[in-house]
Amino acid sequence: MKFDTTFWMKLSQIDRRWIFLVIAITVALPMVLGIDFTAVPAPMVEKVFQTIQRLPAGSKVLISYDYGPSTVPENQPMADALVFHLLSKDCKVYMMAVWATGERQSQYTIDHIVKPSFPNKEYGVDYIDLGFKAGGTGLINMLFTSVKRMYTTDRTGNDIQSFPMMSDIETLKNFDMILSISSGAPGLKEWIQFAGDRGNIPVAGGVTAVQATELFPYYPRQMFGLMAGLQGAAEYESLVIHMYPKFFQHRSALRKMAPQTVAHLAIIAFVIIGNIAYFMTRKK
Amino acid sequence: MRFKSTYWFSLSLLLFFIHPLFANQVLSPNPTVTNPFVEVAPENVVAKDLPNNSGKVLQVSWNFPDTLPIMPRTIKIYRYEHDTISKHIADVTPNVKSFLDTSVMNGIPYRYSVQAEYPTGIVGGLISEPAIAKAEWFDRSKINLFVIALILVSFILGYIFYSEKGQRLFIRKIAGIQAIEEAVGRATEMGKPVLFVPGTQDMDNVQTIAGLTILSSVAKMTAKYETKLDVPVSRSITMSTGRETVHEAYLAAGRPDLYSDDIVHYITDEQFGFVAAIDGIMVRDRPAACIYMGAFFAESLILAETGNGIGAIQIAGTAMPTQLPFFVAACDYTLIGEELFAASAYLSGDKRSIASLKGQDMGKAFAIVLIAVTALFSTLSVITGNEFFTNISTFLLNLTISK
Amino acid sequence: MFFLTLLLLLLLGSVGLAFFIRPLRKFFPLLLTLFTGLLLVVALFIPAQPFPKLEEEFSMWFDVIAVFSFILGGGNLLRVHLMKIQQKKRDWQYSIVTVTGFVIVLVIGLFKVGSKNWSDPYLAQGTAFKWMYDAVFVPLQATIFSLLAFFVASAAFRAFRAKTREATILLVAAFIILIGRTPVGVWLTSWLPNPLQFFHIPNLSTWILSVPNMAGQRAIMIGIALGIISTSLKMILGIERSWLGGDES
Repeated sequence: MKFDTTFWMKLSQIDRRWIFLVIAITVALPMVLGIDFTAVPAPMVEKVFQTIQRLPAGSKVLISYDYGPSTVPENQPMADALVFHLLSKDCKVYMMAVWATGERQSQYTIDHIVKPSFPNKEYGVDYIDLGFKAGGTGLINMLFTSVKRMYTTDRTGNDIQSFPMMSDIETLKNFDMILSISSGAPGLKEWIQFAGDRGNIPVAGGVTAVQATELFPYYPRQMFGLMAGLQGAAEYESLVIHMYPKFFQHRSALRKMAPQTVAHLAIIAFVIIGNIAYFMTRKK
Repeated sequence: MRFKSTYWFSLSLLLFFIHPLFANQVLSPNPTVTNPFVEVAPENVVAKDLPNNSGKVLQVSWNFPDTLPIMPRTIKIYRYEHDTISKHIADVTPNVKSFLDTSVMNGIPYRYSVQAEYPTGIVGGLISEPAIAKAEWFDRSKINLFVIALILVSFILGYIFYSEKGQRLFIRKIAGIQAIEEAVGRATEMGKPVLFVPGTQDMDNVQTIAGLTILSSVAKMTAKYETKLDVPVSRSITMSTGRETVHEAYLAAGRPDLYSDDIVHYITDEQFGFVAAIDGIMVRDRPAACIYMGAFFAESLILAETGNGIGAIQIAGTAMPTQLPFFVAACDYTLIGEELFAASAYLSGDKRSIASLKGQDMGKAFAIVLIAVTALFSTLSVITGNEFFTNISTFLLNLTISK
Repeated sequence: MFFLTLLLLLLLGSVGLAFFIRPLRKFFPLLLTLFTGLLLVVALFIPAQPFPKLEEEFSMWFDVIAVFSFILGGGNLLRVHLMKIQQKKRDWQYSIVTVTGFVIVLVIGLFKVGSKNWSDPYLAQGTAFKWMYDAVFVPLQATIFSLLAFFVASAAFRAFRAKTREATILLVAAFIILIGRTPVGVWLTSWLPNPLQFFHIPNLSTWILSVPNMAGQRAIMIGIALGIISTSLKMILGIERSWLGGDES
């Protein structure tokens, strides 16, 4: 093979389907081989963990599922690890969703994390799923003044007044902490702007990697911590596993770190090849 | 024995009749005798109205040790209305030291009693001074925001009135906006359609409105050049508004005959369903120009890369900071953030709109000065440790952060 | 509250009436915009009722209107595709897929097919809607979203060229972030001694994200906020009218 100008020219204008093929292989291979990675927690992730770790038993924490099936690989491990951590600390967990698609994801956490790992925790006493309500940012606004006006029933239609853990919840200010797992708007940013800032309520959460840069300016004054993308989720999982080893069986983000790592390396390789080709064609 | 019973009966009867005289003293609903050496009661119970709200909320706070040999099971909070009627309003965990009562009415005095419930019984019962919830007519915690908003609005309105006097203001060229006409021209030459996507959000998002404002100018061009325009939208209200916008633009261009309701058509509210449909339109119709103006999320790169794949000239504009890198990487021109809002002024040439841009610039200058001065005093405070610099820097920081 | 609602209803009624009187078609919507816009701005600073209530009610009104307008959107979707099928326009076969999908989902959702109890949520276990959600909607959403992984690679290959000094800086920053967000970054520079810990790739990556990136983000956000204020103000005052269809009044 001759590495002349034509070769480099062709390489720099390579059909993108070849790139797609390489990415598909690099993502699939580590998944098939089942390679596991570890993650070293970043300060922003550690802050979320430590703040929850310091919460006294019985603290009331609202967790909002603001995402849909498309970002489940990134967001679901965050929500699962947070709920596991909160229930391990005997906090009261209030799940809800600003996105219609979030309702199914909170159900997933209950079925796969809460019920198998905490069989003694009682629905309505230790945790509750309020479900989805329409309104987006408007819903957050309304919850700020009255939770029970918007949520008269839980997700399955039971009267909200019948649950002991709802007796002292009137407004968002009654929560000790708000967590939002989001992949867009309304999401964590809206929870900071319309609930955390207004009511001086500690807010944190997790977002997709793409959304993360938009949230950084709020740290640490308006948002006490953040899990950014799959990496953030993996870091939180490693912290939870370190403290509660039985969470190891539920790890999901850590398993997905291998495909992400290899895919990142593949992208770097493509960029390097592209630049070599660019310089070779320019030189001639 | 009989004497004793009569004695106790008489005493009870006497107490029953005279108890209203001591109402304030016997308010505790569960006066329980307990061992004070082990079981500690909540102290310093204070009830107060919270400032800067619409009332209907009182804060009750109390002192209670964090650790005790025997911790109470729960802390019980009672409320007294008109001094005699008591109501158990909540139970909180012993680590909680305050409670927000949101079930009160404005203008009525309320008193509170906080008691600790131990396995052996209940202790406490001191009653707070009365507190009255009231609504405020100005949120003083937002005074900084009010002043800053007033300054910014004055800049914008000031320049608008200034322009009314006939003063011409300069506006720099924005490459992305100039490229729109070029892109429409190219589509006309190639006999292919122009695709315009006004974002994926509803009309309550200012970016969608800015997108439709640009659509108005694009529609005038396509009407003038007799080029096919395709506007898929993801919200019904955006569809109605978009139709009105395009209709008026075709009327203004003198070509109402070219207008059809199908130019602006609804696809779906679902983000990825919308993207899949537009990708399909792109691959099938192969538009020569793809214009994306509005609020976009993860779909930005999927749209822009598909557009790039069909060789269309692509112009994007969004105020979503996270999506800007994707548009910059995959499109020919990108309107960054505020340029999206400036585009309508640029395209319309309306002097009042251009003047508002000048007002925005003054707002920016104000922000720059504020940031620079705060940074300067914060740095001086750290370097010298001088109290004067620290006070000024704290004041400036508090000025810009709403409490 | 009552008087404000009454005033608003009167204004809305006027808009409805004005629809039939051409010269007033734009005057009343502009008046309504001015009234509600100023009211909501004022409401931000007044905590006393009815102002917070108004904010809440207006958000709800928008949702109600949006829900009803869906009929308009759904109707338009059906009309466009049915016409395409009827006229056998180019690629009309795809329209059959759209219309069939639309009708099936609508019927299954509306009649809660497979639900044991009429009051069950529409996503209750065992319903046909739930099955469709899990078996069709979820995989389709995930598929479209995962296209991003491929498109990021192809866009990076094409756009990340060290053509200028600025582009080279961007390229280097992108490399650091890409490696820093994986365990490879930890392995590569974990041997660095303590005084050089700043150059440890995950630390460098965090620094890039939280210092230069954040500075840029904040600047863009300030610009955007000013743009939003200005555009909103122009709309409230009726200077910006293109969203109403045009400039004429």
